Amino acid sequence: MMVETLQQLLPGFLIPHFNWAMQLGQGIFGDLWPSILTAVWTVIKVMLIIAPLLLAVAYATFAERKVIGWMQVRIGPNRVGPWGLFQPLADGLKVLLKEVVVPANADKAVFLLAPLFAFAPALIAWAVIPFNEFLVLANVNASLLFVMAVTSVSVYGIILAGWSPNSKYAFLGSMRSAAQMISYEVAMGLSLVVVLMISNSLNLVDIVKVQNEGRFADMGLKFLSWNWLPLLPMFVVYVISIFAECNRAPFDLAEGESEIIGYHVEYSGMSFAVFQLAEYSAMLMGCTLVSLLFLGGWLSPVAFLPDSILWLFLKIFSVLILFFWVRATFPRYRYDQVMRLGWKVLIPVSLIWLAVVACWMLSPWNIWK
Amino acid sequence: MEFRTFVFYFLAAILVFASLRVVTLRNPVHAALHLVLAFFSASGIWILLQAEFLAIALILVYVGAVMVLFLFVVMLLDINLDRLREGFWSYLPLGSIVALLIVAEMSLVLGGMYWGVLESDVPQAEAGYSNVQAVGRLLFTDYVYPFELASVVLLVGIVAATALTLRGKRKSKSVSPSQQVFVKAKDRVRVLQMPAEKRD
Repeated sequence: MMVETLQQLLPGFLIPHFNWAMQLGQGIFGDLWPSILTAVWTVIKVMLIIAPLLLAVAYATFAERKVIGWMQVRIGPNRVGPWGLFQPLADGLKVLLKEVVVPANADKAVFLLAPLFAFAPALIAWAVIPFNEFLVLANVNASLLFVMAVTSVSVYGIILAGWSPNSKYAFLGSMRSAAQMISYEVAMGLSLVVVLMISNSLNLVDIVKVQNEGRFADMGLKFLSWNWLPLLPMFVVYVISIFAECNRAPFDLAEGESEIIGYHVEYSGMSFAVFQLAEYSAMLMGCTLVSLLFLGGWLSPVAFLPDSILWLFLKIFSVLILFFWVRATFPRYRYDQVMRLGWKVLIPVSLIWLAVVACWMLSPWNIWK
Repeated sequence: MEFRTFVFYFLAAILVFASLRVVTLRNPVHAALHLVLAFFSASGIWILLQAEFLAIALILVYVGAVMVLFLFVVMLLDINLDRLREGFWSYLPLGSIVALLIVAEMSLVLGGMYWGVLESDVPQAEAGYSNVQAVGRLLFTDYVYPFELASVVLLVGIVAATALTLRGKRKSKSVSPSQQVFVKAKDRVRVLQMPAEKRD
Protein backbone atom coordinates (compact mmCIF):
# COMPACT_ATOMS: atom_id res chain seq x y z
CA MET A 1 0.00 0.00 0.00
CA MET A 2 2.68 2.45 1.04
CA VAL A 3 5.05 1.33 -1.72
CA GLU A 4 2.55 1.98 -4.52
CA THR A 5 1.46 5.33 -3.09
CA LEU A 6 5.06 6.49 -2.69
CA GLN A 7 5.98 5.32 -6.19
CA GLN A 8 3.20 7.50 -7.56
CA LEU A 9 3.96 10.49 -5.37
CA LEU A 10 7.76 10.61 -5.52
CA PRO A 11 9.48 12.65 -8.25
CA GLY A 12 11.06 10.57 -11.02
CA PHE A 13 14.74 10.91 -10.09
CA LEU A 14 14.06 9.52 -6.58
CA ILE A 15 12.35 6.32 -7.71
CA PRO A 16 15.53 4.28 -8.40
CA HIS A 17 16.84 5.23 -4.93
CA PHE A 18 13.50 4.29 -3.41
CA ASN A 19 13.49 0.90 -5.13
CA TRP A 20 17.08 0.34 -4.00
CA ALA A 21 16.09 1.11 -0.38
CA MET A 22 13.19 -1.33 -0.66
CA GLN A 23 15.51 -4.08 -1.89
CA LEU A 24 18.00 -3.29 0.86
CA GLY A 25 15.29 -3.62 3.50
CA GLN A 26 14.10 -6.86 1.92
CA GLY A 27 17.65 -8.17 2.05
CA ILE A 28 18.24 -7.27 5.69
CA PHE A 29 14.89 -8.17 7.25
CA GLY A 30 13.72 -10.90 4.87
CA ASP A 31 10.20 -12.09 5.65
CA LEU A 32 9.65 -9.46 8.32
CA TRP A 33 10.00 -6.62 5.78
CA PRO A 34 6.29 -6.44 4.74
CA SER A 35 5.16 -6.25 8.39
CA ILE A 36 7.72 -3.51 9.08
CA LEU A 37 6.42 -1.60 6.04
CA THR A 38 2.84 -1.96 7.30
CA ALA A 39 3.83 -0.69 10.74
CA VAL A 40 5.67 2.31 9.27
CA TRP A 41 2.76 3.09 6.94
CA THR A 42 0.31 2.94 9.86
CA VAL A 43 2.45 5.31 11.90
CA ILE A 44 2.55 7.72 8.96
CA LYS A 45 -1.24 7.59 8.64
CA VAL A 46 -1.65 8.17 12.39
CA MET A 47 0.59 11.22 12.09
CA LEU A 48 -1.46 12.46 9.13
CA ILE A 49 -4.54 12.42 11.39
CA ILE A 50 -3.02 13.65 14.66
CA ALA A 51 -0.98 16.58 13.34
CA PRO A 52 -3.92 18.37 11.62
CA LEU A 53 -6.09 17.47 14.61
CA LEU A 54 -3.76 19.20 17.07
CA LEU A 55 -3.58 22.20 14.75
CA ALA A 56 -7.38 22.23 14.60
CA VAL A 57 -7.55 22.02 18.40
CA ALA A 58 -5.18 24.98 18.74
CA TYR A 59 -7.19 27.05 16.28
CA ALA A 60 -10.49 25.97 17.82
CA THR A 61 -9.47 27.89 20.94
CA PHE A 62 -8.70 30.90 18.76
CA ALA A 63 -11.94 30.53 16.78
CA GLU A 64 -13.90 30.31 20.00
CA ARG A 65 -12.49 33.55 21.35
CA LYS A 66 -13.00 35.32 18.03
CA VAL A 67 -16.55 34.05 17.47
CA ILE A 68 -17.70 34.74 21.01
CA GLY A 69 -16.07 38.14 20.71
CA TRP A 70 -18.06 38.96 17.59
CA MET A 71 -21.26 37.67 19.14
CA GLN A 72 -20.74 39.92 22.14
CA VAL A 73 -19.75 42.90 19.96
CA ARG A 74 -16.10 42.72 20.96
CA ILE A 75 -13.07 42.25 18.74
CA GLY A 76 -11.46 39.21 20.32
CA PRO A 77 -7.71 38.51 20.22
CA ASN A 78 -6.08 40.72 17.55
CA ARG A 79 -2.61 41.57 18.85
CA VAL A 80 -0.37 38.61 17.97
CA GLY A 81 0.18 38.36 14.22
CA PRO A 82 -2.28 39.41 11.50
CA TRP A 83 -5.87 39.33 12.88
CA GLY A 84 -4.42 37.70 15.99
CA LEU A 85 -3.72 34.50 14.05
CA PHE A 86 -0.62 33.59 16.07
CA GLN A 87 -2.48 33.83 19.37
CA PRO A 88 -2.66 30.01 19.90
CA LEU A 89 1.10 29.74 19.37
CA ALA A 90 1.73 32.51 21.87
CA ASP A 91 -0.62 30.84 24.35
CA GLY A 92 1.13 27.50 23.89
CA LEU A 93 4.55 29.08 24.44
CA LYS A 94 3.37 30.87 27.56
CA VAL A 95 1.88 27.69 29.00
CA LEU A 96 5.03 25.68 28.22
CA LEU A 97 7.23 28.17 30.05
CA LYS A 98 5.13 28.22 33.19
CA GLU A 99 6.02 26.11 36.18
CA VAL A 100 4.04 22.95 36.89
CA VAL A 101 3.33 23.20 40.60
CA VAL A 102 2.86 19.83 42.27
CA PRO A 103 1.11 20.13 45.66
CA ALA A 104 3.19 18.92 48.61
CA ASN A 105 1.00 15.99 49.64
CA ALA A 106 0.05 14.99 46.11
CA ASP A 107 0.37 11.51 44.69
CA LYS A 108 2.95 12.72 42.20
CA ALA A 109 2.81 9.95 39.57
CA VAL A 110 -0.99 9.94 39.39
CA PHE A 111 -1.06 13.74 39.48
CA LEU A 112 1.09 13.91 36.36
CA LEU A 113 -0.68 11.00 34.64
CA ALA A 114 -4.21 12.35 35.09
CA PRO A 115 -4.07 14.94 32.24
CA LEU A 116 -2.90 12.20 29.90
CA PHE A 117 -5.83 10.01 30.92
CA ALA A 118 -8.08 12.88 29.90
CA PHE A 119 -6.29 13.67 26.63
CA ALA A 120 -5.38 10.26 25.20
CA PRO A 121 -8.94 8.86 24.73
CA ALA A 122 -9.97 11.88 22.66
CA LEU A 123 -7.05 11.13 20.33
CA ILE A 124 -7.44 7.33 20.22
CA ALA A 125 -11.07 7.56 19.15
CA TRP A 126 -9.99 9.22 15.87
CA ALA A 127 -8.53 5.88 14.76
CA VAL A 128 -11.94 4.68 13.57
CA ILE A 129 -13.43 7.98 12.34
CA PRO A 130 -14.04 7.82 8.57
CA PHE A 131 -13.39 11.02 6.59
CA ASN A 132 -14.98 9.56 3.49
CA GLU A 133 -15.91 6.12 2.27
CA PHE A 134 -12.29 5.00 1.88
CA LEU A 135 -10.32 7.47 3.98
CA VAL A 136 -10.35 5.78 7.37
CA LEU A 137 -7.43 4.56 9.45
CA ALA A 138 -9.15 1.44 10.79
CA ASN A 139 -12.45 0.47 9.22
CA VAL A 140 -13.55 -1.87 12.01
CA ASN A 141 -17.00 -3.39 12.20
CA ALA A 142 -17.77 -2.19 15.69
CA SER A 143 -16.40 1.33 15.26
CA LEU A 144 -19.29 3.09 17.02
CA LEU A 145 -18.87 0.77 20.01
CA PHE A 146 -15.13 1.45 19.93
CA VAL A 147 -15.69 5.20 20.04
CA MET A 148 -18.07 4.82 22.99
CA ALA A 149 -15.67 2.55 24.89
CA VAL A 150 -12.68 4.81 24.35
CA THR A 151 -14.46 8.04 25.23
CA SER A 152 -15.86 6.45 28.38
CA VAL A 153 -12.27 6.08 29.61
CA SER A 154 -11.73 9.85 29.66
CA VAL A 155 -13.65 10.09 32.95
CA TYR A 156 -10.55 8.64 34.66
CA GLY A 157 -8.66 11.83 33.92
CA ILE A 158 -11.25 13.77 35.87
CA ILE A 159 -11.45 11.39 38.82
CA LEU A 160 -7.69 11.05 39.20
CA ALA A 161 -7.11 14.78 38.75
CA GLY A 162 -9.46 15.35 41.65
CA TRP A 163 -8.04 12.67 43.90
CA SER A 164 -4.29 12.89 43.34
CA PRO A 165 -3.54 16.44 44.61
CA ASN A 166 -5.00 15.54 48.02
CA SER A 167 -7.22 18.60 47.99
CA LYS A 168 -10.83 18.58 49.14
CA TYR A 169 -11.96 21.19 46.62
CA ALA A 170 -10.51 19.38 43.64
CA PHE A 171 -11.94 16.10 44.93
CA LEU A 172 -15.47 17.45 45.32
CA GLY A 173 -15.22 19.09 41.90
CA SER A 174 -14.11 15.84 40.31
CA MET A 175 -16.94 13.86 41.94
CA ARG A 176 -19.38 16.37 40.49
CA SER A 177 -17.92 16.31 36.99
CA ALA A 178 -17.55 12.53 36.94
CA ALA A 179 -21.15 12.04 38.08
CA GLN A 180 -22.25 14.44 35.35
CA MET A 181 -20.32 12.56 32.67
CA ILE A 182 -21.59 9.15 33.75
CA SER A 183 -25.19 10.40 33.87
CA TYR A 184 -25.12 11.88 30.39
CA GLU A 185 -23.36 8.82 28.99
CA VAL A 186 -26.61 6.90 29.58
CA ALA A 187 -28.72 9.28 27.50
CA MET A 188 -26.00 9.43 24.85
CA GLY A 189 -25.79 5.63 24.67
CA LEU A 190 -29.57 5.32 24.33
CA SER A 191 -29.67 7.79 21.45
CA LEU A 192 -26.85 5.87 19.76
CA VAL A 193 -28.86 2.65 20.17
CA VAL A 194 -31.63 4.20 18.08
CA VAL A 195 -29.15 5.23 15.39
CA LEU A 196 -27.62 1.77 15.14
CA MET A 197 -31.09 0.21 15.16
CA ILE A 198 -32.14 2.04 12.00
CA SER A 199 -28.71 1.72 10.37
CA ASN A 200 -28.53 -1.99 11.12
CA SER A 201 -24.79 -1.58 11.64
CA LEU A 202 -22.19 -0.41 14.14
CA ASN A 203 -19.83 0.62 11.37
CA LEU A 204 -19.58 4.38 10.98
CA VAL A 205 -19.07 4.11 7.21
CA ASP A 206 -22.28 2.09 6.88
CA ILE A 207 -24.16 4.46 9.18
CA VAL A 208 -23.29 7.34 6.86
CA LYS A 209 -24.11 5.34 3.73
CA VAL A 210 -27.58 4.43 5.03
CA GLN A 211 -28.39 8.15 5.25
CA ASN A 212 -27.89 8.40 1.50
CA GLU A 213 -31.09 6.45 0.84
CA GLY A 214 -34.72 7.31 1.33
CA ARG A 215 -37.68 9.02 -0.28
CA PHE A 216 -36.22 12.52 -0.09
CA ALA A 217 -32.82 11.32 -1.33
CA ASP A 218 -34.56 9.99 -4.46
CA MET A 219 -36.10 13.42 -4.98
CA GLY A 220 -32.64 14.99 -4.83
CA LEU A 221 -33.08 16.59 -1.40
CA LYS A 222 -30.58 14.41 0.36
CA PHE A 223 -30.31 16.50 3.50
CA LEU A 224 -33.91 15.60 4.38
CA SER A 225 -33.14 11.88 4.54
CA TRP A 226 -30.24 12.29 6.92
CA ASN A 227 -30.86 10.95 10.40
CA TRP A 228 -31.51 14.30 12.03
CA LEU A 229 -35.03 14.60 10.63
CA PRO A 230 -36.59 11.20 11.40
CA LEU A 231 -34.69 11.04 14.69
CA LEU A 232 -35.08 14.69 15.65
CA PRO A 233 -35.63 14.08 19.40
CA MET A 234 -32.58 11.78 19.49
CA PHE A 235 -30.56 14.39 17.63
CA VAL A 236 -31.42 16.98 20.26
CA VAL A 237 -30.72 14.55 23.13
CA TYR A 238 -27.40 13.58 21.60
CA VAL A 239 -26.23 17.15 21.05
CA ILE A 240 -27.17 18.11 24.63
CA SER A 241 -25.37 15.02 25.96
CA ILE A 242 -22.27 15.90 23.95
CA PHE A 243 -22.31 19.35 25.52
CA ALA A 244 -22.44 17.76 28.97
CA GLU A 245 -19.86 15.10 28.15
CA CYS A 246 -17.36 17.71 27.00
CA ASN A 247 -17.99 19.81 30.13
CA ARG A 248 -18.95 22.70 27.88
CA ALA A 249 -21.28 25.61 28.57
CA PRO A 250 -24.04 25.53 29.79
CA PHE A 251 -22.76 22.48 31.70
CA ASP A 252 -19.26 23.81 32.38
CA LEU A 253 -19.52 23.53 36.15
CA ALA A 254 -15.86 22.55 36.29
CA GLU A 255 -14.94 25.99 35.04
CA GLY A 256 -17.49 28.09 36.91
CA GLU A 257 -15.02 30.88 37.52
CA SER A 258 -17.04 32.87 39.97
CA GLU A 259 -19.00 30.39 42.05
CA ILE A 260 -17.52 26.88 42.25
CA ILE A 261 -14.28 25.06 41.67
CA GLY A 262 -13.59 22.21 39.27
CA TYR A 263 -11.39 19.15 39.31
CA HIS A 264 -8.35 20.96 37.89
CA VAL A 265 -7.89 23.67 40.53
CA GLU A 266 -4.50 22.32 41.58
CA TYR A 267 -3.12 22.17 38.05
CA SER A 268 -0.95 24.82 36.50
CA GLY A 269 1.16 25.40 33.41
CA MET A 270 1.33 22.67 30.82
CA SER A 271 -0.52 20.07 32.89
CA PHE A 272 -3.51 22.41 33.03
CA ALA A 273 -3.18 23.13 29.33
CA VAL A 274 -3.41 19.41 28.59
CA PHE A 275 -6.85 19.42 30.24
CA GLN A 276 -7.85 22.27 27.95
CA LEU A 277 -6.50 20.38 24.93
CA ALA A 278 -8.49 17.35 26.06
CA GLU A 279 -11.64 19.43 26.31
CA TYR A 280 -11.23 20.88 22.83
CA SER A 281 -10.30 17.61 21.16
CA ALA A 282 -13.25 15.91 22.87
CA MET A 283 -15.38 18.75 21.53
CA LEU A 284 -14.06 18.24 17.98
CA MET A 285 -14.70 14.51 18.40
CA GLY A 286 -18.26 15.24 19.51
CA CYS A 287 -18.85 17.56 16.53
CA THR A 288 -17.51 14.90 14.17
CA LEU A 289 -19.77 12.25 15.67
CA VAL A 290 -22.81 14.51 15.37
CA SER A 291 -21.91 15.17 11.72
CA LEU A 292 -21.40 11.48 10.96
CA LEU A 293 -24.36 10.04 12.84
CA PHE A 294 -27.02 12.66 12.23
CA LEU A 295 -25.86 15.06 9.52
CA GLY A 296 -24.77 12.64 6.82
CA GLY A 297 -21.00 12.88 7.18
CA TRP A 298 -19.33 13.51 3.85
CA LEU A 299 -22.62 13.33 1.86
CA SER A 300 -23.60 16.44 0.01
CA PRO A 301 -26.95 18.02 0.99
CA VAL A 302 -28.36 18.03 -2.54
CA ALA A 303 -28.04 15.53 -5.35
CA PHE A 304 -26.48 17.86 -7.96
CA LEU A 305 -23.36 18.51 -5.87
CA PRO A 306 -20.77 15.76 -5.41
CA ASP A 307 -20.06 14.11 -2.04
CA SER A 308 -16.80 15.33 -0.61
CA ILE A 309 -14.69 15.40 2.51
CA LEU A 310 -15.19 19.18 2.46
CA TRP A 311 -18.86 18.69 3.38
CA LEU A 312 -17.72 16.78 6.47
CA PHE A 313 -15.38 19.61 7.48
CA LEU A 314 -18.13 22.16 6.85
CA LYS A 315 -20.56 20.19 9.05
CA ILE A 316 -17.99 19.77 11.83
CA PHE A 317 -17.29 23.49 11.72
CA SER A 318 -21.00 24.36 11.83
CA VAL A 319 -21.56 22.18 14.90
CA LEU A 320 -18.46 23.75 16.46
CA ILE A 321 -19.97 27.19 15.88
CA LEU A 322 -23.10 25.93 17.64
CA PHE A 323 -20.91 25.06 20.66
CA PHE A 324 -19.52 28.61 20.67
CA TRP A 325 -22.93 30.17 20.13
CA VAL A 326 -24.36 28.30 23.11
CA ARG A 327 -21.42 29.36 25.26
CA ALA A 328 -21.89 32.98 24.26
CA THR A 329 -25.61 33.06 25.00
CA PHE A 330 -26.78 30.65 27.71
CA PRO A 331 -26.20 31.03 31.45
CA ARG A 332 -24.66 28.13 33.36
CA TYR A 333 -26.89 25.41 34.83
CA ARG A 334 -26.99 24.83 38.56
CA TYR A 335 -25.68 21.38 39.52
CA ASP A 336 -29.01 19.90 40.63
CA GLN A 337 -30.57 21.21 37.41
CA VAL A 338 -27.86 19.46 35.38
CA MET A 339 -28.65 16.17 37.10
CA ARG A 340 -32.39 16.69 36.77
CA LEU A 341 -32.11 17.39 33.03
CA GLY A 342 -30.00 14.27 32.53
CA TRP A 343 -31.97 11.76 34.53
CA LYS A 344 -35.52 13.07 34.47
CA VAL A 345 -35.75 14.59 31.01
CA LEU A 346 -33.20 13.22 28.56
CA ILE A 347 -33.25 9.57 29.62
CA PRO A 348 -37.08 9.23 29.60
CA VAL A 349 -37.25 11.04 26.25
CA SER A 350 -34.68 8.71 24.70
CA LEU A 351 -36.30 5.60 26.20
CA ILE A 352 -39.70 6.57 24.82
CA TRP A 353 -38.32 7.47 21.42
CA LEU A 354 -36.44 4.15 21.39
CA ALA A 355 -39.75 2.32 21.78
CA VAL A 356 -41.43 4.59 19.20
CA VAL A 357 -38.73 3.92 16.60
CA ALA A 358 -38.82 0.19 17.34
CA CYS A 359 -42.60 0.13 16.71
CA TRP A 360 -42.14 2.34 13.63
CA MET A 361 -39.63 -0.13 12.20
CA LEU A 362 -42.03 -3.04 12.69
CA SER A 363 -44.97 -1.14 11.21
CA PRO A 364 -45.74 -1.00 7.47
CA TRP A 365 -44.58 2.66 7.41
CA ASN A 366 -40.99 1.67 8.04
CA ILE A 367 -38.76 4.02 6.05
CA TRP A 368 -35.46 2.24 6.75
CA LYS A 369 -35.59 -0.94 4.69
CA MET B 1 8.41 -15.84 16.14
CA GLU B 2 5.17 -14.66 14.62
CA PHE B 3 4.09 -11.08 15.32
CA ARG B 4 0.84 -12.26 16.92
CA THR B 5 2.76 -14.42 19.36
CA PHE B 6 4.92 -11.45 20.29
CA VAL B 7 1.83 -9.30 20.90
CA PHE B 8 0.27 -12.05 22.98
CA TYR B 9 3.30 -12.44 25.25
CA PHE B 10 3.61 -8.66 25.57
CA LEU B 11 -0.03 -8.28 26.66
CA ALA B 12 0.12 -11.37 28.85
CA ALA B 13 3.21 -10.09 30.65
CA ILE B 14 1.48 -6.76 31.37
CA LEU B 15 -1.63 -8.62 32.49
CA VAL B 16 0.27 -10.84 34.94
CA PHE B 17 2.29 -7.90 36.27
CA ALA B 18 -0.80 -5.71 36.72
CA SER B 19 -2.79 -8.47 38.41
CA LEU B 20 0.10 -9.11 40.82
CA ARG B 21 0.26 -5.43 41.65
CA VAL B 22 -3.50 -5.37 42.33
CA VAL B 23 -3.05 -7.73 45.26
CA THR B 24 0.36 -6.52 46.47
CA LEU B 25 0.00 -2.73 46.33
CA ARG B 26 -0.79 -1.01 49.62
CA ASN B 27 -2.58 2.01 48.17
CA PRO B 28 -6.12 0.90 47.22
CA VAL B 29 -6.45 3.54 44.51
CA HIS B 30 -3.21 2.39 42.86
CA ALA B 31 -4.47 -1.19 43.09
CA ALA B 32 -7.71 -0.21 41.38
CA LEU B 33 -5.76 1.54 38.62
CA HIS B 34 -3.68 -1.58 38.06
CA LEU B 35 -6.92 -3.53 37.79
CA VAL B 36 -7.91 -1.13 35.00
CA LEU B 37 -4.58 -1.87 33.30
CA ALA B 38 -5.27 -5.59 33.69
CA PHE B 39 -8.69 -5.13 32.02
CA PHE B 40 -7.05 -3.30 29.12
CA SER B 41 -4.50 -6.05 28.53
CA ALA B 42 -7.18 -8.73 28.82
CA SER B 43 -9.27 -6.97 26.20
CA GLY B 44 -6.19 -6.79 23.97
CA ILE B 45 -5.80 -10.54 24.25
CA TRP B 46 -9.47 -11.00 23.37
CA ILE B 47 -8.96 -8.86 20.27
CA LEU B 48 -6.15 -11.25 19.29
CA LEU B 49 -8.74 -14.03 19.49
CA GLN B 50 -10.99 -11.98 17.15
CA ALA B 51 -13.59 -11.45 19.88
CA GLU B 52 -13.81 -7.72 19.28
CA PHE B 53 -17.30 -7.35 20.75
CA LEU B 54 -16.26 -8.92 24.06
CA ALA B 55 -13.08 -6.87 24.15
CA ILE B 56 -14.87 -3.55 23.56
CA ALA B 57 -17.67 -4.49 25.96
CA LEU B 58 -15.06 -5.25 28.63
CA ILE B 59 -13.64 -1.74 28.28
CA LEU B 60 -17.06 -0.11 28.02
CA VAL B 61 -18.66 -1.89 30.97
CA TYR B 62 -15.84 -2.70 33.36
CA VAL B 63 -13.38 0.11 32.74
CA GLY B 64 -15.89 2.78 31.77
CA ALA B 65 -18.53 2.11 34.41
CA VAL B 66 -17.77 -0.52 37.07
CA MET B 67 -14.24 0.58 37.89
CA VAL B 68 -15.28 4.23 37.98
CA LEU B 69 -17.83 3.45 40.69
CA PHE B 70 -15.26 1.25 42.39
CA LEU B 71 -12.80 4.14 42.43
CA PHE B 72 -15.51 6.40 43.86
CA VAL B 73 -16.01 3.97 46.73
CA VAL B 74 -12.31 3.42 47.34
CA MET B 75 -11.61 7.15 47.34
CA LEU B 76 -14.54 8.07 49.56
CA LEU B 77 -13.95 5.35 52.16
CA ASP B 78 -11.20 5.93 54.65
CA ILE B 79 -9.63 2.50 54.41
CA ASN B 80 -7.46 1.57 57.35
CA LEU B 81 -4.83 -0.79 55.98
CA ASP B 82 -3.54 -1.92 59.37
CA ARG B 83 -6.94 -3.26 60.33
CA LEU B 84 -7.24 -5.02 56.98
CA ARG B 85 -3.93 -6.80 57.58
CA GLU B 86 -4.83 -7.83 61.15
CA GLY B 87 -6.49 -11.15 60.40
CA PHE B 88 -3.89 -12.30 57.87
CA TRP B 89 -2.80 -15.48 59.69
CA SER B 90 -6.30 -16.61 60.65
CA TYR B 91 -7.49 -16.28 57.03
CA LEU B 92 -4.38 -17.90 55.58
CA PRO B 93 -5.57 -21.58 55.69
CA LEU B 94 -8.83 -20.81 53.85
CA GLY B 95 -7.04 -18.56 51.38
CA SER B 96 -4.38 -21.14 50.61
CA ILE B 97 -7.02 -23.82 49.96
CA VAL B 98 -8.68 -21.55 47.41
CA ALA B 99 -5.31 -20.72 45.86
CA LEU B 100 -4.39 -24.41 45.62
CA LEU B 101 -7.72 -25.18 43.94
CA ILE B 102 -7.13 -22.43 41.37
CA VAL B 103 -3.59 -23.68 40.71
CA ALA B 104 -4.93 -27.23 40.25
CA GLU B 105 -7.59 -26.08 37.78
CA MET B 106 -5.14 -23.93 35.86
CA SER B 107 -2.62 -26.76 35.60
CA LEU B 108 -5.38 -29.06 34.32
CA VAL B 109 -6.09 -26.60 31.53
CA LEU B 110 -2.54 -25.57 30.76
CA GLY B 111 -1.12 -29.09 30.92
CA GLY B 112 -3.95 -30.35 28.74
CA MET B 113 -1.69 -32.61 26.73
CA TYR B 114 -0.75 -34.69 29.77
CA TRP B 115 -4.22 -34.84 31.31
CA GLY B 116 -6.02 -35.73 28.14
CA VAL B 117 -7.91 -32.43 27.83
CA LEU B 118 -7.90 -31.34 24.20
CA GLU B 119 -6.38 -27.99 23.40
CA SER B 120 -9.12 -25.64 22.35
CA ASP B 121 -8.99 -24.63 18.74
CA VAL B 122 -9.97 -21.06 17.98
CA PRO B 123 -11.83 -20.89 14.69
CA GLN B 124 -10.51 -18.17 12.40
CA ALA B 125 -13.26 -16.11 10.84
CA GLU B 126 -12.90 -14.18 7.61
CA ALA B 127 -12.14 -10.46 7.73
CA GLY B 128 -15.66 -9.12 7.18
CA TYR B 129 -17.26 -11.32 9.84
CA SER B 130 -19.25 -9.26 12.34
CA ASN B 131 -18.89 -10.53 15.85
CA VAL B 132 -21.56 -8.17 17.16
CA GLN B 133 -24.22 -9.42 14.76
CA ALA B 134 -23.47 -13.04 15.64
CA VAL B 135 -23.67 -12.38 19.38
CA GLY B 136 -26.87 -10.36 18.96
CA ARG B 137 -28.54 -13.02 16.84
CA LEU B 138 -27.68 -15.76 19.35
CA LEU B 139 -28.84 -13.67 22.30
CA PHE B 140 -32.23 -13.00 20.78
CA THR B 141 -32.90 -16.45 19.32
CA ASP B 142 -31.31 -19.43 21.08
CA TYR B 143 -30.55 -17.76 24.39
CA VAL B 144 -33.47 -15.33 24.63
CA TYR B 145 -34.91 -16.77 27.89
CA PRO B 146 -31.59 -16.91 29.79
CA PHE B 147 -30.84 -13.42 28.50
CA GLU B 148 -34.17 -11.99 29.63
CA LEU B 149 -33.84 -13.80 32.97
CA ALA B 150 -30.41 -12.27 33.49
CA SER B 151 -31.81 -8.82 32.79
CA VAL B 152 -34.62 -9.40 35.30
CA VAL B 153 -32.01 -10.42 37.90
CA LEU B 154 -30.11 -7.22 37.19
CA LEU B 155 -33.32 -5.19 37.51
CA VAL B 156 -33.99 -6.84 40.88
CA GLY B 157 -30.47 -5.87 41.88
CA ILE B 158 -31.07 -2.23 40.96
CA VAL B 159 -34.37 -2.10 42.83
CA ALA B 160 -32.83 -3.83 45.85
CA ALA B 161 -29.89 -1.44 45.96
CA THR B 162 -32.26 1.52 45.79
CA ALA B 163 -34.51 0.05 48.50
CA LEU B 164 -31.55 -0.66 50.79
CA THR B 165 -30.24 2.88 50.60
CA LEU B 166 -33.65 4.54 50.82
CA ARG B 167 -33.94 6.38 54.13
CA GLY B 168 -37.61 7.15 54.14
CA LYS B 169 -39.17 10.39 53.11
CA ARG B 170 -36.78 13.25 52.53
CA LYS B 171 -36.79 15.67 55.43
CA SER B 172 -34.44 18.24 53.94
CA LYS B 173 -35.87 21.27 52.21
CA SER B 174 -35.61 21.37 48.45
CA VAL B 175 -37.09 23.33 45.60
CA SER B 176 -39.47 21.66 43.18
CA PRO B 177 -38.34 22.57 39.67
CA SER B 178 -41.79 21.95 38.20
CA GLN B 179 -43.25 24.65 40.45
CA GLN B 180 -40.16 26.79 40.13
CA VAL B 181 -40.56 27.32 36.40
CA PHE B 182 -44.06 28.75 36.76
CA VAL B 183 -42.95 31.56 39.03
CA LYS B 184 -43.49 35.01 37.57
CA ALA B 185 -41.92 38.22 38.64
CA LYS B 186 -45.20 39.61 39.95
CA ASP B 187 -45.55 36.66 42.40
CA ARG B 188 -42.34 37.63 44.11
CA VAL B 189 -41.79 41.31 43.65
CA ARG B 190 -44.33 43.99 44.51
CA VAL B 191 -43.66 47.39 43.04
CA LEU B 192 -45.03 50.06 45.33
CA GLN B 193 -46.08 53.42 44.05
CA MET B 194 -45.20 55.99 46.66
CA PRO B 195 -45.90 59.65 46.44
CA ALA B 196 -42.84 61.80 46.70
CA GLU B 197 -42.31 63.12 50.21
CA LYS B 198 -41.47 66.65 50.91
CA ARG B 199 -38.24 67.24 52.76
CA ASP B 200 -38.46 69.54 55.73
